[in-house]
Amino acid sequence: MLRLLSVGLFVLAWQAASWRVGGQLLPAPATVLGAVVAEARSGALFLHLGATLARVALSFALAMTLGTAIGYVMGRRRTVDRLADPWLLILLNLPALVVIVLAYVWAGLTEAAAIGAIAINKLPNAVVTVREGARALDPTLDEMASVFAVPAWRRLRHVVVPQLAPYLAASARSGLSLVWKIVLVAELLGRPNGVGFEIGAAFQLFDITRILAYALSFSVVVLSIELLLVQPLERYASRWRQRAA
Amino acid sequence: MRPAGVSALLEVDIERKAWAASAGDRLQVLENVRFTLRHGEVGVFFGPSGCGKTTMLRIIAGLDPDYTGRVVRPPHARIGMVFQEPRLLPWRSVDDNVRFVAPDITEERLSALFAILQLDRHRTHFPGELSLGLARRVAIARAFAVEPDILILDEPLVSLDARLSAHIRDELAALVDSRPVTTLLVTHSLDEAVRLGDRIFLMSARPGRIVSETFIPKPRAARDASDVAAIKRRVEHEAERQGSVAT
Repeated sequence: MLRLLSVGLFVLAWQAASWRVGGQLLPAPATVLGAVVAEARSGALFLHLGATLARVALSFALAMTLGTAIGYVMGRRRTVDRLADPWLLILLNLPALVVIVLAYVWAGLTEAAAIGAIAINKLPNAVVTVREGARALDPTLDEMASVFAVPAWRRLRHVVVPQLAPYLAASARSGLSLVWKIVLVAELLGRPNGVGFEIGAAFQLFDITRILAYALSFSVVVLSIELLLVQPLERYASRWRQRAA
Repeated sequence: MRPAGVSALLEVDIERKAWAASAGDRLQVLENVRFTLRHGEVGVFFGPSGCGKTTMLRIIAGLDPDYTGRVVRPPHARIGMVFQEPRLLPWRSVDDNVRFVAPDITEERLSALFAILQLDRHRTHFPGELSLGLARRVAIARAFAVEPDILILDEPLVSLDARLSAHIRDELAALVDSRPVTTLLVTHSLDEAVRLGDRIFLMSARPGRIVSETFIPKPRAARDASDVAAIKRRVEHEAERQGSVAT
């Protein structure tokens, strides 16, 4: 209820701001909604949203998989941590734009270059978060599993992953928001489709309504994923905490 | 039910075990701890705090390889261990905690185990919903579920009230008698030692050594109050003579 009220307030504030500065500079919510419907009817909206979502999914999966594996090893092995830490610091502080531009220069304006560049931007974030989780693993549970000779795979699945779950969730949530932002830059700079490409094209024509239409559609998709996928998954993974509380 | 290896013998010979102290020198924890346990025997280790009893159990369990000496377990021996703290997986139910170490356990056997330990009503509960006494019982169920050849119990009844402690102690005795298993029990309770053990090893203060051994020939189930009192007096007398007081 409070959330709906909050959304309502946002729309009202938007409308008020539109009246204040004029529809040319800030189109009203109804105008933007009309543009969304028109783009959807033409099929362009779904084409571009689909392309962006596919890039997000691939680069996010790649970064999370690699980042989790590297972060886990770094958290458990001090030598590996010391060896890889300087690389991690460099990657953490490298601007996203530099990585994207270099990827396009070195690998061409290809899909692989775009996805790779987005994944590299997200990777250090996942590594750092999972490394903290791996450092915080409870050694007494590890000993218990070791005494009972529990096979490595079962140990990983039932002892390690549940302990890492809050860190993975935090990494996924922050990572997803990071990837959403970076993917648009990558599309703007070197892809022939996607929300970023469309926003770039609209910018050339100073078409603010279309920019907002795509931004709004994109935000709705992100919010839906958060509400329908991320939050239920998080609740399921932490159900034992709720019951124990 | 799988019988434990009939000829199984546990041989322990820990010549030396030391910790690195903060000042840089080595702190001697165990010295010349030697004993053997035959299949089905319950050896109880009784001694003052800090004499290295838990360290000894960790070495025998294979958790601490940094010592001088040797531990010979029966080939392919399965170990069941109850730690001082229950060490349950908080995100798995009672049922799933036991199945985690014994995935092949039959429903019939699991039910029987839960019935003995009076855990039937708690099978779907998470560890965070259990009292300490219940959690300890789950840890005991987990240790027995693997049908161990060697059972290691590190103060399994510590910090429980006297009534609950006596109840779980009797359940433990029933389980050990239902399927003989070589058992090592560390306790600070002489009563617990006398009621559960076949042999009581008295340990010295640090560095821990075995200073005396008391053999109890009478079966657990046949020991009455006067037997228990007599054995307790013997062990207490020996402890006074050796200057080893369990605290």
